Amino acid sequence: MTETVIHRSNPGIDPHFHVWGWEVPIYLFLGGLVAGLMVIAGARLLLMRPNQRQAMVCCTIGPLAGLALLSLGMLALFLDLEHKLYVWRLYLTFEITSPMSWGSWILLAVYPALLANALVHLPETLPSVARRIPILTTISDFMLARPRIIILTGLANVLLGIGLGIYTGILLGALGARPLWNSAVLGPLFLFSGLSSAAAFLHGILVVSMPDDERPAFADFLISTVTGWTKARPLDTRLAPALAQADNSFLTIEFALIGLFFIGHLTSTAVHQQAIGLLLNGPYAAVFWVFVVGLGILLPLILQHFELLHRIRHTLAPALLVLGGGLALRFIIVAAGQASHWSSLASH
Amino acid sequence: MRYGMVIDTRRCVGCMDCVVACKTENNVPEGYCRDWITETTTGEFPTLRHEIRTERCNHCAHPPCVHCCPTGASHVHERGGVVLVTPEECIGCKACLAACPYDARFVHPDGYASKCTFCIHRVEQGLEPACVSVCPTRCMHFGDLDDPQSEVSRLLAANRAHSLLPEAGTQPSIYYIN
Repeated sequence: MTETVIHRSNPGIDPHFHVWGWEVPIYLFLGGLVAGLMVIAGARLLLMRPNQRQAMVCCTIGPLAGLALLSLGMLALFLDLEHKLYVWRLYLTFEITSPMSWGSWILLAVYPALLANALVHLPETLPSVARRIPILTTISDFMLARPRIIILTGLANVLLGIGLGIYTGILLGALGARPLWNSAVLGPLFLFSGLSSAAAFLHGILVVSMPDDERPAFADFLISTVTGWTKARPLDTRLAPALAQADNSFLTIEFALIGLFFIGHLTSTAVHQQAIGLLLNGPYAAVFWVFVVGLGILLPLILQHFELLHRIRHTLAPALLVLGGGLALRFIIVAAGQASHWSSLASH
Repeated sequence: MRYGMVIDTRRCVGCMDCVVACKTENNVPEGYCRDWITETTTGEFPTLRHEIRTERCNHCAHPPCVHCCPTGASHVHERGGVVLVTPEECIGCKACLAACPYDARFVHPDGYASKCTFCIHRVEQGLEPACVSVCPTRCMHFGDLDDPQSEVSRLLAANRAHSLLPEAGTQPSIYYIN
């Protein structure tokens, strides 16, 4: 028997360690989603044939949405900082051992890469915007006339996307004092969760872009809101099955990585076994298995499988489930990680 | 040179003089503390063992709080390996709080990470840390762990001592004689 009484009451530390609230999971989720959008956009840019309209949703709308989502994520991170006026200090140094320092510099490179990817096909996707700002067409023509720039833009998006996606997991994985986070699998897990979220996000956009008689009625409002002011060209919805298939592949890999995450902890030290117990049969088990694994991975896998078999129509449901599952994964991992601790089995 | 502490838990009575001295010396805000008392009871009745310890930042030789700091605000002082925070460089991201297995850090109400400094401002003047200087049972000893002739080294050589969470691999600079 070991009973420990600590005469300390520092806010955020006692009685339970909890210093990161909703802001960090939101940032990690949006960062992962943008990472996925970058990888898909970059890969699409590298692999597509010239004048392929199917590229619009991946190469233009995805990166444009990515710019907005990343800014939202950065805002959440900024709100989490306790010493906000000193945020510029991040960019006066590069700390090689700090994942957060790597992330802050990667994020600086992500913005221009996303913008470049969006600009390549922006005039054909958003002709009304291009007419108002002629320089966009000039830049697009300049890039399209130079295959090397297209390849560099695609490669930059793929590589930075992978880096950003892995970083969101390593950020937690590097904090060894919280045994639940102390796993190298967390980087790839968050990357593939981000990829599945991105594929689901793009799939959802295509679903709401479908002709009136094919799309769900509740999407009408979204369509009129989004396309009303941009006057975008109708998207080619033939890409929807490919995105659903890609999403299913990412979800399958994510499911396998969750398995490895559990195996890694269960075969590690007693402290790590106790930490994974929080998700296996502890206070976070129910929400993890229901919202992350059940509703966030398995159900959309089944729904998209039937969509691909043409048994059911393409709907927004799998996309919303995958996005909800990705968000729940970050919230649960961040909260449960803070609840895990070395000292519970400390030796004296 | 590596500053460290050796604390004789057989003498510590948990009076909290060290806590009060630290708060006074370092203007620690109300509701916060840089050092604290921990009581651990182990064993099975009737062979129970009770240990009272005064705890604080362990000024680890491998400090994870320093490694994860994105701005370099958390750093190892050139003298004695003391782990310090520069408030003007800290952005309050709290990564260092999450990285510390001892939960020794907190966010100061002014927004920066704060913790024990081993009273380096006193040590550089040849004085002992405030907590050590006020201990009524003289259970706390401060000195250079790398100097075999120092009081702390001699105490470690002559007694059985342990550090906290050695399995975390941080190599703490505070030892407890039991």
